[in-house]
Parts: sequence; structure tokens; C-alpha cells
Amino acid sequence: MLPSRYRGRPMIAGQGSPLDLGQITFAPDDGIQYSNDFRLSAAKRRDLVLKNNETVLACALNDQMRQLFGRSLKLRQVSAGGCNACEADLNVLNTVVFDLSRFGIQFVASPRHADGMIVTGPIVRNMREALLKTYEAMPEPKIVIASGACAISGGLFAESPEASKGLETIVPVDLYIPGCPPHPLTILDGLLRLLGRIKR
Amino acid sequence: MKLFNGANIVLSEIPVLGVQLFREKIISQCQEGARLVNFFGHEEVDGGVRLFAFLGWDEDSEITVFSTRILADHPQYESLTKDLIQAHWFEREVAEQWAIIPEGHPWLKPLRYHANYRGKADIWPDVSSRPIPGSYSFYAVESPEVHEVGVGPVHAGIIEPGHFRFQCHGEEVMHLEIQLGYQHRGLELLMRGRDFKRSALLSEAIAGDTAVGHSIAHCEVVESLSGCVIPPKAQAIRAVALELERLSNHVGDLGAMSADVGFLPTSAYFGRMRGDYLNLLLALTGNRFGKGLCRPGGVLFDVDSQMAEEFCRKLKGYKKEFEDVSNLLFTKPSVLARFEGVGAISMENAKKIGLVGPAGRACRLERDVRIDYSSGFWQFSHIPISLAATGDVFGRALVRRQEVVRSLEFLLRILSSLPQGGIFVKPPALKPDSLALSLVEGWRGEIMHVGITDENGGFARYKIKDPSFHNWFGLSLAMRGQEISDFPLCNKSFNLSYCGHDL
Repeated sequence: MLPSRYRGRPMIAGQGSPLDLGQITFAPDDGIQYSNDFRLSAAKRRDLVLKNNETVLACALNDQMRQLFGRSLKLRQVSAGGCNACEADLNVLNTVVFDLSRFGIQFVASPRHADGMIVTGPIVRNMREALLKTYEAMPEPKIVIASGACAISGGLFAESPEASKGLETIVPVDLYIPGCPPHPLTILDGLLRLLGRIKR
Repeated sequence: MKLFNGANIVLSEIPVLGVQLFREKIISQCQEGARLVNFFGHEEVDGGVRLFAFLGWDEDSEITVFSTRILADHPQYESLTKDLIQAHWFEREVAEQWAIIPEGHPWLKPLRYHANYRGKADIWPDVSSRPIPGSYSFYAVESPEVHEVGVGPVHAGIIEPGHFRFQCHGEEVMHLEIQLGYQHRGLELLMRGRDFKRSALLSEAIAGDTAVGHSIAHCEVVESLSGCVIPPKAQAIRAVALELERLSNHVGDLGAMSADVGFLPTSAYFGRMRGDYLNLLLALTGNRFGKGLCRPGGVLFDVDSQMAEEFCRKLKGYKKEFEDVSNLLFTKPSVLARFEGVGAISMENAKKIGLVGPAGRACRLERDVRIDYSSGFWQFSHIPISLAATGDVFGRALVRRQEVVRSLEFLLRILSSLPQGGIFVKPPALKPDSLALSLVEGWRGEIMHVGITDENGGFARYKIKDPSFHNWFGLSLAMRGQEISDFPLCNKSFNLSYCGHDL
């Protein structure tokens, strides 16, 4: 389905040094061998650090959360210094190709209507307050998703004094979706795993 | 000093004028038909700042460059903006980056809310310590009949952040002030140094929807400074990727504009068709936005005859589909009634504020880097310019429609006669103490990168200009006298970059 040049889950050769899926930008010249596997999301930050070819994919929310959100999840999107590639491929989930709403997942126009937020970009200084206000405006219980290398770790901008070192340094995160940007299938896979709709 | 696109020059050869003469020369050249394509500062060893002006002579394909020195103990000069409106944003940028005051500037506010680059006292004391808009007020119309609407930074959909402040009389917008800066990542400072592998990656993240355009501009700056001539096939592949990027965005924009006038059939069709072009970029580069393709020295992915044939076959089908779906959109009276006459900018005003790209061409401004300053593959294979005369939403839609068809024709032509040979040569070290420039016609318009090297051949200064930098003010202007409910449509018809502006 995906073309042969697509760069998905890295392949680790032998006993190399650990590879952090939350930091890499999946560039063709970064010395990493990539497979065609688009499944990348994890529920714990440490699960993004690959030591060998073992895969720990995101697991479902607990039963209470799944009962609340399993069939209906409303998300507020906050772009916080993103380059608009992550944002664009989130938007794609709303097209007829992916038709996200058939899974009961929708992006909503107010944090008051949201069960969670999905954040893109390295959470730059000038967006920090708006992000926190959005987080606080969402009713409890709420979930937080970091989408893309920048939101997970600061990505390419981690060294900039304007950027953060990732969303988890600001609010607790329930799902990490690696990529630069993540392919729409990677995002969809992560969301469905979080809701317990995909287990394999 | 006259330069062409992709040229480089030793810094000391760029003329240094007195501050007053510098100012007069910019204004007089703009009166004679040039336009301000770039204006920025660079710190000198003595603590002063050298200001560079780049004036574009579109018909001659030449850019004149000259400079002046702003002394460390006298950080001010007479503002250009009061005599040259297109300098407005540039002067605010210089004021913020270098703490230099353009005296008499009519609206001197920060653009991006960050501390200045040289550790002096900022012009706005709290610019980097308080959230936007800080202690600085918005333009306001005072009357008991006028109300104010504030939107953002976080918007209703999946959109980058920015703040829009409308002054309204009933439904009518009297004025719109746009405050950006929320996406500021400190990019120009990160581009400094000698790690060109890293700067290539960063250039792809200036604006992710323009990853190809910005990375070509960056590569051309490095290649110019290192005297590296890339193989013809690499140039052709870059051109293919740039046009695919344009296609995906133009088609997506037509879909978004359809959605904003409530015409859902073409919104759904164009939304899907946009993905076809992104998937071609994915097949070519392994990334839907073309990240990873362009590197100084060429490209990292080849197109063999099988891939070229496959692309041609698909593009022929996409062309037919596009023609059918755009006929559906452009023949519906209910759509045309919502496109025509909305958000119009006159050619005269477009020229004054320096619009570029499709927004400028919709006002009959004949500006297209691919033609005016052709470099790379566009020197050998041409695309005709697409213009509209109405300057409104309809004009901006029509230019996109024309450009889609012409990009498709261009792609079919070059994919069926790709040059032979290699795709990459390793660039040698960069010339020290020099400046190089590159212009690229991205899908939003004129991208310009300027690199200045230090004595070791690393970047001491890197200037990035996204076309949005010119065009955001155009959106404000387009909204004057419009109904506030037409803002989303006007906004989509420009579809400007927040991060490309905020850097």
C-alpha cells in the first residue's frame, strides 16, 4: 500500500545504540534503515526508545476512560510552533479517504467541547500560555496527544531557546505519535490503539 | 551592484552608502519600477549593524543590492515606510531583530515577540517576557456603534495560531489587524554555523507545506557559495517536486474555498485529489511533503524511466479529473456569486504593498520567479504566467486553476524527456565573507533566502523570506469594507503561512 521509499519504523541492526523515535525526523540521510511499517505510536515515552527490533505499540486507555471515549472522542487541535506539515496531515484524516468521523473521532472548535487535545509543534514560548489555557479549559477527565517529533521532544528545534523539549515537560501525555510529519495512517493507527479498537 | 538569481558576491564589494542616500536610493529605485524584495540587517564586528536592501527589477531579471551602516551608538534611521508602504513589515522586522528604530514608522509594533539578536535593550522592554500582544494595543476605532471581534491564537479548525482583531460596524469590517509571532521558533539563528546537513533539514521545516520550495532555495544558496554546479537531472527532479508541491496546495486550496462557500461536492473531490499529488511526492521522496529530497549538491532520489512513465500515466488521469471538477466549481452561479467581488484588492494597492505569488497575479501583477528570475530547470523549460484582473477571491481561485493546468502540462513535458546522468555531486567548502541569494517561486509566491558567510565559510547570518511576509498585509487590506462572515473565505483564498512568517 505504501510506496517502497516510504520511511516507517526503523530497523535496528545488532547491538547498536538506542534509537529514539521521538527525536528522529525520518530523513533519508540520517544513517538509519527504515522499514515500510507505519505503526509507530506509543503510550509511554520510554517505549519510543528502540533498543532492538522489539515493538511496543500504544495500548488502550483504562476501562473507565474507554467507556467514556471509546465510541466518541472529541479532540481540540493546538498547533504550537508546528511547520504545518503535521497539521496538514491531521486535516487529511477529515477527507473522504480516511473519513475519521466514522470511528467516532472528531476535531472540535472549542476546548469546552473537547475530551482531549492533540498538539503539534515544539511548544514555542509564544504559544505556551495559549496551550495551557486550552488544557485548563477542557473538562476532566482529558487526554493529551503529542503528534510529530517536535511535539514529542522539540524535534529539530529542541536546541532553540524559543522551543520546549517536548509536550511532556508541560502537561502529562497519553499518546505519542512519531514522524516528521507522521503519515495519516500512523496517526489513525495511534488513535485507534488508544481507544482499544486495534490490538495487534 | 547588480546580481542575478543564484549569484554570490564578496561582502566588501557590496556598496556602502550613507544612511540618507541609502534611503533615497531605495525610494527612487522603487519609483523607477523596482520593488523591495528584501531588507534586513547583519551585525558587524564593531557592534554596528549593516542594513542590506535588495531591489528587484523583474523585467531585467536583476536584483540590485546596496547597504548602509547603522552605528552602534546611534541605532536609528529615518523610516522608509512613510514614503514606501512595502517596507512596512521589513522595518518592523529590523527593529525587532536588531533594536534599531525606524524613526517616523507609522505602526511600529513587534512582529514576532522575541528578544533582539544582539543583546541590546529591546525597543519594546517586555517584548519577550509577556505573552502576545504584550502591552501594545491594537488599532481601534472608537465609537459606541463600533464593536471589536478578536479571534485566536488558537482557531476553530486545525490551523496554525495567529490573532485577528476586527473593528466592525455591524457586519462590516472597517479594519483588520493581524498579530502573528506565536509560531516563532528562532529559525534564522538556528541556521547559522557550518552544519549544512542540519540546515538542510531545518529549511524543510520553515514551512512544511513548502518544504520543497524552501529547501531548493537553501540548497541554491549553499551551492552558489561553494561553486557547486548540480547535474541537470537533479535540477529537473527538483522542478518536478516543486510543481507537485504547487499542485497539492493549489488543489487543496480550491477544495478549502469550496468548503467555505458551502459547495461540498468540489470540497470533497479536491480534498481527495490533493492527496494524489502528496502521494506522488511520497513515491518520489518517501515523504508526503517532499522532505528529504533536496540537499546541497543535488537530490537524494532518482526518477528512473519506469517511475517517470508511471507518473505521466497518473498525471494524465489527474488532469482530466481536475478539469472536470474545476468545471463543476467554476460554472455554478451560487459559487460565483460568493467568489466574485469579495475581498478585492486593486492593482495599484497590490503594487504599493508588494503582493507576490497568486495573490499578486490575481491583481494582474506580472510577478513569477519562474519567469522573471528563472534559475535551475526553469531556464530551459518554461511555464507561462497566469493572471487575473479582478484581485478578488474569484481572481485568486482562477489563477490557481490556471496554474494547476500549466504545472500539469509542464510536468508531463519534462517527465517524458528527463535529462540523463547523475543526481548528486558533493559541494566543496563555502567561500568566506560572501553573500549569496536565491529566489524560488513557491506555491504561495516568492521565496528568498540569503546566506552570509563568516571568515571560515560558515553562515554568520541567514535570512529567510517566505512569500507570506509580503502578503499578510494584503489579507488585512482585502477585508476592508467586507462582511466579517466573509473572512474565512478571504483567508482561504490567500492561505498564508504562519510559521513561514514567524520563522
